[in-house]
Amino acid sequence: MANIISDETIEYVAILAKLELSPEEKEAAKKDMGEMLDYIDQLNELDTTGVEPMSHIFPISNVFREDVVTNTDVREQMLANAPKQKDGSFQVPRTVE
Amino acid sequence: MKITALGAVELGKKIQAREISSVEATKEVLRQIDALDPIYHSYVTVAGEQALEQARAVQKAIDEGTLTGTLAGVPVAIKDNLCTRGLRTTCSSNILSNFVPTYTAQAVVNLEKAGAVIVGKTNMDEFAMGSTTETSFFGVTKNPWNPDHVPGGSSGGSAAAVALEECSYALGSDTGGSIRQPSSFCGVVGMKPTYGTVSRYGLIAYGSSLDQIGPISKNVTDCAAILEAIASYDPKDSTSVRRGDTRFTEALTEDVKGLRIGLPRDYYGDGLDGEIRDAIQKAAKELEKKGAVIEEFDLGLVSYAIPAYYVIASAEASSNLARFDGVKYGYRAKEYDGLHSMYKKSRSEGFGAEVKRRIMLGSFVLSSGYYDAYYLKALRTKALMKQAFDKAFERFDIILAPTAPTTAPKLGESLSDPIKMYLGDIYTISVNLAGLPAMSVPCGTDKNGLPIGMQLIGDCFTEKKLIRAAYAFEKTREFARPAVVLERERKEREDGKNI
Repeated sequence: MANIISDETIEYVAILAKLELSPEEKEAAKKDMGEMLDYIDQLNELDTTGVEPMSHIFPISNVFREDVVTNTDVREQMLANAPKQKDGSFQVPRTVE
Repeated sequence: MKITALGAVELGKKIQAREISSVEATKEVLRQIDALDPIYHSYVTVAGEQALEQARAVQKAIDEGTLTGTLAGVPVAIKDNLCTRGLRTTCSSNILSNFVPTYTAQAVVNLEKAGAVIVGKTNMDEFAMGSTTETSFFGVTKNPWNPDHVPGGSSGGSAAAVALEECSYALGSDTGGSIRQPSSFCGVVGMKPTYGTVSRYGLIAYGSSLDQIGPISKNVTDCAAILEAIASYDPKDSTSVRRGDTRFTEALTEDVKGLRIGLPRDYYGDGLDGEIRDAIQKAAKELEKKGAVIEEFDLGLVSYAIPAYYVIASAEASSNLARFDGVKYGYRAKEYDGLHSMYKKSRSEGFGAEVKRRIMLGSFVLSSGYYDAYYLKALRTKALMKQAFDKAFERFDIILAPTAPTTAPKLGESLSDPIKMYLGDIYTISVNLAGLPAMSVPCGTDKNGLPIGMQLIGDCFTEKKLIRAAYAFEKTREFARPAVVLERERKEREDGKNI
């Protein structure tokens, strides 16, 4: 395997991904990611010099619309989905001491 | 003929002719679900009461003459990543296991306007990440033709529900083959339209530049009618395309004279099951007999599609799934220490292994220092693949290919080796990268009685050509139904039920 994923890398990725991994999950993730990157590395066989990256197949940019409210008030239904709510707001752990 | 055995358009016509009522049809579908779903598990949620209520309202509109379309009153199943107002939408994930949307996806709104009756939400791979429906938090769906096998994925529940006649048709979504491959494994018709044809508003995003909603149906006529109903320009989806002709049912003719069909040699080489190769070559012969011109050619770049796809789809997924944080909806961990701990614990407990794998890969390829080498490289590869298809479509109207290299694998055989599972999408994935329309049509069975699908791929906006070819081919063969469905019908007849 050409790609060896270090503990530091997987911990950094877990921070970016906002995931908490158990020691077993961490080992599995290192192996999985290494194997996937080995596989993905075959793209390097392709000469892409001078090829523009294509994010969308149609040339779309800056699709604008009028900034007007079109949806109805569903405050109650939205709050009903909240894991925790208080006084008509979403409740989260204290963030400012 | 038994109501559940009818195609969507056939049933719709009988409803318009007042031979069958929408309520009657919905009840029959719910009975079929009661009988078969405990074994096959196509549905995550069955909305029995809501469906009957909807059927009564639709029937009233039909009786008053305000709903006259062919899909009015016809029961449909919706993949569980399409938001339905007031009806739980889970993406087959723990993190959304109690989520009730406050709005309905535009594609489903379009169906409701046409008078559709929603019977329930179908099982899928978690967040549409998988090829077998085995990554669902709610358990696996089984293949209608053999319950020891997978139905394919990620729209496995939708394809199984259609084959089991637990609905008249279904909606799925396709990011790398998720409509076509399960349709192939379950012996039904499935289409992924040109990117931008169906609004993605209300589709819970996986890989936004690749995701597209499409029909899964018993036959090509239904496929065209459903696509006609769901296609629309939608300002709420910034990638929605204002396209001209969407009267897809006009293409339901057997005329394939002079249609140029290309068979890519690189799709028929190593790794393709011999029985599938034979079935598709036989299908090509049938189309040739009807006047199509068949020729082999080299498409190129085939082996690069999967690595490019996993970089792009994972990158987009890592961004799209950042919204699941346990704050406004969805699962929140029971124990945590502060806000960041709550995010991390909720996500770690809420997502399954395959979803975490892709979020991490996506976060990595987008991280500074790797962005150019992986993400931009994949986007450059995508540009080359698009060019290869453009070149092919200068010579051909349609590309004819297998949908998958094998028929449905056994349950439990795929998840242990992700790369091997990913390779099963080799013939479908490049279509998403290039934004093309493609459909899977049943074309035979293997020695174990499992369905084989062939894939018709067209240039952007040429769905009508695909429908024409598929319709012409469909006329050459008998419609096949799974043994379990035939057996149930036989038993009911013996029991003297009037069907």
